[in-house]
Amino acid sequence: MAPRTRSSVTPSKSAGTVPTTSTEPSTSALQSTNLKHASSAADIVNGAWSNYLAHTPQRVKLLDAFLAFLVGVGALQFVYCVIVGNYPFNAFLSGFSATVGQFVLTASLRMQTNLQNVEEFKTISNERAFADFVFGSLLLHFFCVNFIN
Amino acid sequence: MAHGLLEPIFDGEKTRNARTVLRVIILLTIAAAAVSSRLFSVIRFESIIHEFDPWFNFRATKYLVQNGFYSFWDWFDDRTWHPLGRVTGGTLYPGLMVTSGIIYHLLRFLTFPVDIRNICVLLAPGFSGLTALATYLFTAEMTPSPSAGLLAAAFMGITPGYISRSVAGSYDNEAIAIFLLVFTFYLWIKSLKDGSVMWGALTALFYGYMVSAWGGYVFITNLLPLHAFVLICMGRFSPRLYVSYTTWYALGTLASMQIPFVGFLPVRSSEHMAALGVFGLLQIVAFVEFIRQELPSKQFQTLLRSLVLLIFLVSLAGLVMLTLSGVIAPWTGRFYSLWDTGYAKIHIPIIASVSEHQPTAWPAFFFDLNLLIWLFPAGIYLCFQTLRDEHVFIVIYAVLASYFAGVMVRLMLTLTPIVCVAAAMAISQILDIYLVADKPTQAEVPKESTESSKATAFLPEQLRSTRRQFVGIYSFASKFSITGSIIVYLLIFVAHCTWVTSNAYSSPSVVLASRLPDGSQHIIDDYREAYYWLRQNTPDNAKIMSWWDYGYQIGGMADRPTLVDNNTWNNTHIATVGKAMSSREEVSYPIMRQHEVDYVLVVFGGLLGYSGDDINKFLWMVRIAEGIWPDEVRERDFFTARGEYRVDDEATPAMKNSLMYKMSYYNYNSLFPAGQAQDRVRGVRLPAEGPQLSTIEEAFTSENWIIRIYKVKDLDNFGRDHASAVAFDKGHKKKRSAKRRGPRVLRTE
Repeated sequence: MAPRTRSSVTPSKSAGTVPTTSTEPSTSALQSTNLKHASSAADIVNGAWSNYLAHTPQRVKLLDAFLAFLVGVGALQFVYCVIVGNYPFNAFLSGFSATVGQFVLTASLRMQTNLQNVEEFKTISNERAFADFVFGSLLLHFFCVNFIN
Repeated sequence: MAHGLLEPIFDGEKTRNARTVLRVIILLTIAAAAVSSRLFSVIRFESIIHEFDPWFNFRATKYLVQNGFYSFWDWFDDRTWHPLGRVTGGTLYPGLMVTSGIIYHLLRFLTFPVDIRNICVLLAPGFSGLTALATYLFTAEMTPSPSAGLLAAAFMGITPGYISRSVAGSYDNEAIAIFLLVFTFYLWIKSLKDGSVMWGALTALFYGYMVSAWGGYVFITNLLPLHAFVLICMGRFSPRLYVSYTTWYALGTLASMQIPFVGFLPVRSSEHMAALGVFGLLQIVAFVEFIRQELPSKQFQTLLRSLVLLIFLVSLAGLVMLTLSGVIAPWTGRFYSLWDTGYAKIHIPIIASVSEHQPTAWPAFFFDLNLLIWLFPAGIYLCFQTLRDEHVFIVIYAVLASYFAGVMVRLMLTLTPIVCVAAAMAISQILDIYLVADKPTQAEVPKESTESSKATAFLPEQLRSTRRQFVGIYSFASKFSITGSIIVYLLIFVAHCTWVTSNAYSSPSVVLASRLPDGSQHIIDDYREAYYWLRQNTPDNAKIMSWWDYGYQIGGMADRPTLVDNNTWNNTHIATVGKAMSSREEVSYPIMRQHEVDYVLVVFGGLLGYSGDDINKFLWMVRIAEGIWPDEVRERDFFTARGEYRVDDEATPAMKNSLMYKMSYYNYNSLFPAGQAQDRVRGVRLPAEGPQLSTIEEAFTSENWIIRIYKVKDLDNFGRDHASAVAFDKGHKKKRSAKRRGPRVLRTE
């Protein structure tokens, strides 16, 4: 995961509760200097990783950990399906698409709450984004539970 | 565009409520017009279900309201496809039936006990009002113009291209599907604009509803990915696109898989692979964008971009490999015939035999869409002028739907919404410019005069446009003539739509109407006469064999089991019926015995000049049978030596001996003076000697001879074959003069 979010989850209004409201120009300058002089691929990856650790707020890291967990669960199911076979195919599909769907919903939440994308999502506040996330997840789980029989 | 004098009316804060009230009133009026223009057939004839397919939907709906949802969901219907039966719950789109079932129970709950038949008849007009509303919402997303949405709603409400499939009594899947189509598109555009998960989830929900209602959902499944793909290719990838598309796909695919008829198709068949591919592509593109923003190195960015391209190509190759190896089902014949337009005629005659699956002629476009069809390209052109994300959608939709409507008549239905929207955008653009009555005021003059003085430096003084302060059409006369002609066109449109609806699309095919010389109406009701005869005079489980066109109507009106019906899922079974119809009696009798057929029903229009009868469909029966038994049924045998298809004296022996010919013309001679029998459809004189039947006997013939029903005889009591039994009954005794015995055969019993 590269350091995309140099921002807090909540924008300026409720910023009091959030520890880091990082300053945009300095960070971007920092990492551009870091990475511009990186020569090898390993350096780039290392630099990106340290940037990510340094500049990602805690909530986004939580989201990222959840995303990684979903990828792991999905991969595990897929591997199991490849090894054992897909006999109850609906069960495999509902389990697998639950992880995929939850992944994209979480990624959407992460995008919507990203300060960089404020211009893109003018009509959606962070609270609205979270409520949408809950709505979408409930729908997803209803369909999955229905489909798994 | 509105400024100056009209500003307080169009843009002012004070009149906002007035405008809202006006808009609501207009929309309600449009909905009322949409409903009432579809009621011609109910008022003229009666409130019945019209065509063939709706009879099954009606029967299924009745089953649903009588037996409840769960038994409807796993309903095994043993009264169709007689020896096989049909797993109805798993082979139909339940959206339509469930919708009218809900309405039925809702009305009962509100203490309006309405008959389920009336709900079914009036469902399509009701939903057409909602379609107009959805079109309004959809168009309002496209353009800021206040009039475009209302115009589009008005067009959608009364355009014959949509009315043709949604008149009262046309209880078909399209009745609710077009509303769901337009509304899903509205939600998609909304979610794309906002980048909202909620709207994306609603898109998925209505997409799921659409999947449950109509097989045309594949159009949405391919249109939305195409839109997303084109946006990516145009370099317009945005987080909003990611959010809306992935939400729609993840939820919508799961929603569509809940329908038993669809099942695993979304992951298994080629029609759905575009959506999956774009879903994967979006993940990659989003991830690459994510990294790209952080890594400013130029080379690295090119590397990433080529990586995306590479992954795209590799996965495309993988998809092709999977399709070739058979893991993913290839395109089904019905969809494949849209691309290869000659495919169906060669390989699947049953698809080509349906009249709706023919290519569209030009007049049909003008007939169904009148002035919209020539405003449609103008509207598309206007979309290019301000090409925002949602306009790309319109352009793609227009191109695809135009192609499909050109290939197949029935797909005109999916073209109609976009034509209405584009035409409304074009007209509203014109009206926005020419309905503003004021000229540029004096205050604007100095600003413009500097520009014009600059222009005069280069241009000669004689041109009026250089002498004048500002250029443009500002006189009342020209504006009035433009708007006046537009209004005249719109009025002509309304008149045309009403005329077309009244004359072309409002006839229930169950009842044939004709005019007597004095102008009064004469109703020919042979279909119901015959079906009710079957219903009342045959045992409850008498099996009826007829060509598949009438299967649903027999099931719905006569309530008797049939061998084949309009749901043509088993081609071989239909070919069996085709073989029985097109073979000699000695061949078809065993077939009918094996399938426990009790009655055979044929439609014969020779007396009345009703051209849609079974003799005219007969060649399709032969072709479909020939596809399975090429040795026993040959199309060539039914043509004369000169390649003509004849029923008169020169008809071929195969034709004259076929069961269909015999059933159609049996006893027909008795209606006419000797040797004068006339077939009014084919316009020929029939042979003097009528056909003789031995294995079946006439059971019923309707008043105008449109429907003839024959009873299949039982086996002969003495074990003779039927031909000799009939000959014996007529007094032709076996000639025993020579006392010659046949070659001896050993009796084994």
